[in-house]
Parts: sequence; structure tokens; C-alpha cells
Amino acid sequence: MDTALVIGIAGILASAAPIVFAAIGETIIERAGVINLSVNGAILLTAMAGFAVAVTTGSVVLGLLTGAVIGALVALVVAFASITLKQSQVAVGFVLALLCRDLAYFLGNPYMGLSGPRLPHLPIPGLANIPVLGTIFFQHDLMTYLSFVLIVLAYIYIFRTRPGLMLQGIGERPAAAYVRGANVNLLRYVYTVVGGALIGLAGPMYSLSVKAGWKGTISGLDGIGWIALALTIFGGWNPLRAALGAYFFAFLQWLGLVLQPSLPNIPSQVLQVAPFPLMILTLLLVNVGNAEWVDRTLAGLPEQTRHAIARILRAMRTSPPAALGVPFEKE
Amino acid sequence: MVKASSRWTNLAFQLLAIVLALAFTSLVMILAKADPLEAYRNIVVGSVGSVNKFSDVLVAWVPLLLATSGLLVTYTAGLWNIGVEGQITLGAIFTTWALRVLQDSTLSPGLIIVIGFLSGALGGMLWASVVAFLKIYGGVNEIFGGLGMNFVATALTIWLIFGPWKRPGIGSMSGTEPFKEALWLPTFTGLRISPWSLVVGIVGIAVIYLLLQGTYFGLKLKAVGRNRRAAFLLGIPTTQYMWAAFLLCGLFAGLAGAVQVLGVYHRLIPSISSGYGFLGMLVAMLINYQPTWAAPVALFFAALNIGSIQLPIVMKLDSTLSGVLQGALVLAVLLMDGVRQRILRRR
Repeated sequence: MDTALVIGIAGILASAAPIVFAAIGETIIERAGVINLSVNGAILLTAMAGFAVAVTTGSVVLGLLTGAVIGALVALVVAFASITLKQSQVAVGFVLALLCRDLAYFLGNPYMGLSGPRLPHLPIPGLANIPVLGTIFFQHDLMTYLSFVLIVLAYIYIFRTRPGLMLQGIGERPAAAYVRGANVNLLRYVYTVVGGALIGLAGPMYSLSVKAGWKGTISGLDGIGWIALALTIFGGWNPLRAALGAYFFAFLQWLGLVLQPSLPNIPSQVLQVAPFPLMILTLLLVNVGNAEWVDRTLAGLPEQTRHAIARILRAMRTSPPAALGVPFEKE
Repeated sequence: MVKASSRWTNLAFQLLAIVLALAFTSLVMILAKADPLEAYRNIVVGSVGSVNKFSDVLVAWVPLLLATSGLLVTYTAGLWNIGVEGQITLGAIFTTWALRVLQDSTLSPGLIIVIGFLSGALGGMLWASVVAFLKIYGGVNEIFGGLGMNFVATALTIWLIFGPWKRPGIGSMSGTEPFKEALWLPTFTGLRISPWSLVVGIVGIAVIYLLLQGTYFGLKLKAVGRNRRAAFLLGIPTTQYMWAAFLLCGLFAGLAGAVQVLGVYHRLIPSISSGYGFLGMLVAMLINYQPTWAAPVALFFAALNIGSIQLPIVMKLDSTLSGVLQGALVLAVLLMDGVRQRILRRR
């Protein structure tokens, strides 16, 4: 295999790692029935704070921890406002998305353009030297390895364990879960905070590795959080599919960079947003099966065509947890 | 009697929210090793310290008020039109387009400006209709459709500025070639604010106020927003009402973009929307989606924005401080409202 391509694939896996963390964090939160729109602001704030702490202390581990703690705190505000105070989850999340972004730019001002520590590369002895596969999978930093582990763990947890089943339950049928002895609101708190911590790790993963440093408004991180939210839907609230979406997104960004020299008339900013319309298109594909007019149109078609189209739509279609965004009351 | 006392508790909780937001913002400033009182003083001086400064506040107020007015319609219909940023941008692009086509024609400048406004409105409606289409026929949540279209709008602006509409010579982030002065909205002498933009802004919010508070359309739109299914069963054509809400909001956002081009920048720049779309969403949340207080609250937010412009020069602080204060204010009001309702339920 071509070395440039191999290195390209390895780069895609590494640059998708923070998006994998954010999308899976949000998937867990939404599985529990809570919408957390603050992701974009949380990633910017934790990127800045993680970088600031790492620069000040010289420790990347402390930088990552700072990100996780701040991410958890932001999510805690969403949980408190929506679960305890019964305010609109979308409103609180959106305000936090803007507030955290501006906080990041305001407090990050003194750290702009400083050079800081980076996550060290940890080639895995033995495995790293395997041709092709070694370069693709086994020459990354710690967090990229953890992103692989997270995908598998989150999938197994949600779909193959008892607590995971309960997690699905509080998002789908909270009343039934309550009858079975689950403390719905407490569990929602816990999963929101855990998911928030995962989202909070995405920030320092950028500022300490993928896009090292803090450059304020030109850090190029504004928008990533919204992509992570779209990936959660695209992934049908399944960590495996969400991760696939993250890799696809990273691939598109990489493609934009590669194609840049051959398309000199198109400013780089234009190619960088190419993934967004594609994201809308994929959202359209996974959602269109839920629309009423599709059912009506399908009903008028000859039987065989109808079955074929319905099967394709069903394969792509995703539906959210039934109680997503709905507060739970015991009565 | 109960009514009166609950109004007072309402007010008390809102005041508490303001105090909390100010305390939070002050804490943030202390973290940044800055003197909060000094910063607040600078913001006040920078916004209402002189006639010039206040006219700049009005320059920011008009597009913010237009965006807020449009958003009140979509909020009433229960829709989160996050795509408003892109709709403002498209309004600005369409206005620029119309002016570029017509600037060398024999039409009178006044007529060209009017066509510029109409084109802007059309551009905003066009962008909103994409989101509406995705929402109504594609099942794509308007938040994600809107966000995606925002990014596309930004990319389109940058492509135009560096590509087909670039300045003679080389394109740059400073935007397209400015239009000749005859095509600028005339301003008060020595100030940057145009009486015509003020008229557009004030008429805009007045129309929305009457539409939402005084017509059957507004009443039915509220029904759609409260409970779409029930509204449908009561015979309200919900699809048409959602379309109307999106298009109206797009129209107002497009006008905001037109004002930015015709009255403020006189050209297309990369960040032409100035974030007024998202800020308008904050204003709408703060006034609980009711048009009555839209104008004064938008004025206050515009004053914060303009007042903080000089912070980087005077105090070496980032001007996003205004965003921190605005965000903290809305968050505190939402939280305090929740606390108040919780306490009332307990009783």
C-alpha cells in the first residue's frame, strides 16, 4: 500500500478521536433522555482550559482532567436546569453553547499562541512494526487508543449489559424503568455528567494533540460540537454508527486538505465546510423514512417497488429514544 | 391579591437573576485579573458616553431587533430557527448582488436601495425555505438543518469575496469593493446611524407585535407552537403555518442583512451577520418570547456589544466579555425562573 495513503488513514483515525469522544458522550446523554446542546461551547471551553492548565503545570494529564471536570460541570448545569428545574433543555443547552464559547475566548486571551506540551506518541511495542496495520493503528497517542476502546466499551455497555439496558429504558420508557426500581432522575443526572466528562475530554484532545495550542477564534474548533450533535442523530444513538460518522467526517476534512492544491480557485474555508452540507444530506436520508408524506407516497406505488423502497428506508432510518427531551414526573 | 404578590415575586427573582449574572461575570473578570467595576464603567462610557457612541449602539440595535422580531415568529410556532445567522448572511449576499447588478444602471439610487432591501428579504426567505423544506418534508430537525445552512452561508460569502466578487487585484478578508456613496443609506450628519434603518427596525417590531398579539394568524400560530397535533385536529393547517413562520423569520433576517450592507458596511464582509442571529435568540429567550420588551432588551444587548469594543484597547481584555455577560444573564433568568416555579409548586 502507498505510504502517503497509510499515513493519511492513520491521521484520519487520530483527528477523529475527539469527535468520537464527543459524539459518544452525547449519545450516552441522549440515550438517557436528555438533550445537551452545549457541546460546541463545552469543547471550546475545555480546549482552552485544558491547554491553559497544561501550559501552566506542564502536565498533559492535568490538562485532560481539567477538560473532563469542566465538561462534567457544564453538563451538570444542563441536568440541573432540565431535570430539577424543568426548564427547556434546548434553551439551556443553547445558552450554554454560546456562554462557554465566549468564556473560552475571554479567559483564553492570555494563552493565545503560546506553545505548550503535547500528548506523546506511544507506539505499541511489537504491534507498531507490523507493516501497514502498525502505522494505521498502533503509533498513536494515548487518547486515540482510548477512543478505539471507548467505541467498543460504550457499545457493549449500552446493548449487552443490564445497567445499559436500564439506560435505554430511562430514555425510552422512563415510567416502566421507574416501576422496575430505577431512580430515573438520578440515573439521568449520572449519565449526563458522565457523557459531559467524555465531551469535555474532546477539548484538550484538540488543544494538546490534534490541533495543538490555543489560537482564540481562529483555532478552527468552532462548529465541531454541532457536528458531534449531528453525528449522534446520524448514528441512530448507537456508538458504533456515531464513530463511523466521525471517521467519515474526518475523512472529508482530510480530503479537503488533499484536494486543496488541485483546486486553487476555491478558498480553503470553502472546502472545510464541505462536510456540513453532506451532513444535512445524510440526516435527510436517515430521517426521511419518518416523514408522513413518504408513507402516503409509498402507499400509492406498486407493491414490489414499495417493499424495495421501504426496506432501503428502514435500513437507513433512525428514531430517537422515545422520551428524549421529555422530563420525567413520578405521578 | 394573589396576582399582585406573584408579580412582585416574579420581579424579585428576575432582579436576583441579574445580580447572579453580574456576580458571575465579575468573578470571571477577577479570574482574568481585571477590575470588574472598571470594566463595567468602560462599557457604560463606551455605549452611552457620547452621542456618537449611542448612535453606534443604534447601528447595532436595528439588525439585532430585526433578527429578534423574526425569531419571535418562529419561537411562537414552536420552532428553533438556529439558521437565522445564515438567513441574515444570505440577505446580505442578495442585497450586495442586487447592488452590483444595478449600480451602473440609470435607475435612481433611491430605487436601487429599495430593490436592495427587497432582494435581501428574498435571500433570507430563500435560505429559510431550505430549512423549512428539510424540516417539513425531510424530517430533519430545524436545529441541524439550520446549523448546516449557516456553515454553507459562511462558505458562500468567503467564496464570493475571494472568487467572483473579489476586489480588483486580490481578494482579501476586508471584503468586496465598497459601493459608491450614493448607494449608502443616508445618515444623520456626523453620525453613523441612518434614520431609514431606524424606520425599518421600528416598523419591523411594530408589525410583529401587531401580528402576534392582535390577529387570528398570531393566535393560531400560538396554537401550533403549543401543541401541533391538537392544532391540526382543530382544523389549523399546521404545515402552512410552519412555512409562514419560517418565511417571515427569513424575511426579517434578510432585512437585517440588507441593513448591514446598505447602512453599515456598504460592502460584503466575511462576518457580515456579526452574530446578531444568535444574539437575537438570546434576546428572545430573555423576554420569554413576548414582543413587548423586544426593543428595549435588544437595545441593552446592543449597548453591551458596542460598549465592550474598547475593552481590548483600554484594559487589554477580550471584547467577548459582552457575550459572557449576555449569556450569563439569560442562563440566570432561566435558572431563577425554574427555582421560582419549584418553590411555588412546593406551597
